[in-house]
Amino acid sequence: MKQLIISAASEAGSNPLVPNIWEMFVVLVGFAVLLYIVTKYVVPMFEKNFAERAEAIEGGIAKAEKAQAEATAALEEYKQQLTDARTEANRIREEARAEGAQILADLKDKAAAESARITAQAHAQIESERQAAVVSLRAEVGTLATTLANRIVGEALTDDARSARVVDRFLADLENQSAGAAK
Amino acid sequence: MHLPAILPWGAAEGFSKQMLLVILSVVIIATFFVLAARKQQLVPGKLQFAGEAAYGFVRNGIAKDIIGGKDFIKYVPLLFSLFFFILVNNIYGAIPVIQLPSFSHVGGAYVLAAIVYVTWIAIGIKKNGLKYFKLATVPSGVPVYILPIVIPIEIISNFLVRPVTHSLRLFATMLAGHLIVMIAGSGIEFLVMQENVLLKGASVLVLAGSLAMYMLEALIMALQAYVFTLLTAIYIEGALHADSH
Repeated sequence: MKQLIISAASEAGSNPLVPNIWEMFVVLVGFAVLLYIVTKYVVPMFEKNFAERAEAIEGGIAKAEKAQAEATAALEEYKQQLTDARTEANRIREEARAEGAQILADLKDKAAAESARITAQAHAQIESERQAAVVSLRAEVGTLATTLANRIVGEALTDDARSARVVDRFLADLENQSAGAAK
Repeated sequence: MHLPAILPWGAAEGFSKQMLLVILSVVIIATFFVLAARKQQLVPGKLQFAGEAAYGFVRNGIAKDIIGGKDFIKYVPLLFSLFFFILVNNIYGAIPVIQLPSFSHVGGAYVLAAIVYVTWIAIGIKKNGLKYFKLATVPSGVPVYILPIVIPIEIISNFLVRPVTHSLRLFATMLAGHLIVMIAGSGIEFLVMQENVLLKGASVLVLAGSLAMYMLEALIMALQAYVFTLLTAIYIEGALHADSH
């Protein structure tokens, strides 16, 4: 160490600001080589990666935004479809209800008409049967009564016109009596 | 104050330790960054992350902040190379066995400052034409009667003093740090050799002081690399936008 100090001291005359030309040359060449490598390889590679990363991140964001927009659109569409379906269902329900009411009314009408027809038919039949019964009764009762009176009176009531008159009168009395009793 | 050459061994002139270290620094920096940048992955590994952080420090912290604009990227290679070349060559001074910052010899500092000097003047001329020298030396908004004083000052400060301070700042801090560490080492050795016990004991104080100086030097080594690169960026920016200064 002492030697070093001595050698340093002995060199004190040499100016530290005066450079060694070979050292300058080495630094120049070394730095030029480094600058070349950095310019040619290091910076482009880093920049490429920076750009790729930025692109990847921005691309990812854009993709996510697109997916979000698509999802929103799909949701809107589904909501719209749901609303449409609900409206449709309501419409169908209303239609069915109206149709059912219509059918019911028709059936009611039909049934009423049918029952009216049946009633009318029955009435007509009853009436006709009653008429038939009245006619047959009248004839039979007349014959019976005539026969009876003939026997009782012993008088031949062969005169048909007279006997018919008597029977009619008798029957009219009978009807009046029954009408009076009904009252 | 030059160490003897290592090739031929012990000769006064020849291939010195400095030269070896400078070449080694180029190999270290190139290898590290090429390896870090080569296998590029979207999600970086440790090496790539370290490389990107270092690259981003110069790219964004110096080039983008100082030069700005959209073509600052053109100057990133120069600034990046300067920063790491100086940083590694300075940090040598803090590594125990090597313990020799390359720029404690003035030659390297002259070369780098000259490269920067030529670069920014070339940029200024390319950008503004020969009018650049007028822009760089005649400040706008100064009264005419002061111009005879201001113009020589500007010429001296911009074109003469600037490269000198740029190189000597780096060289002087490195040499001073190197000297302090060396003197502290010699001082400790000298005190330990003394017969007097008190003087022997005093070597401990020197050791403690030299440790503190070592830490300070390590800081200055990194700081000077940053300062040199930052000033380069400022000079380039000044040349690019000479018309607005």
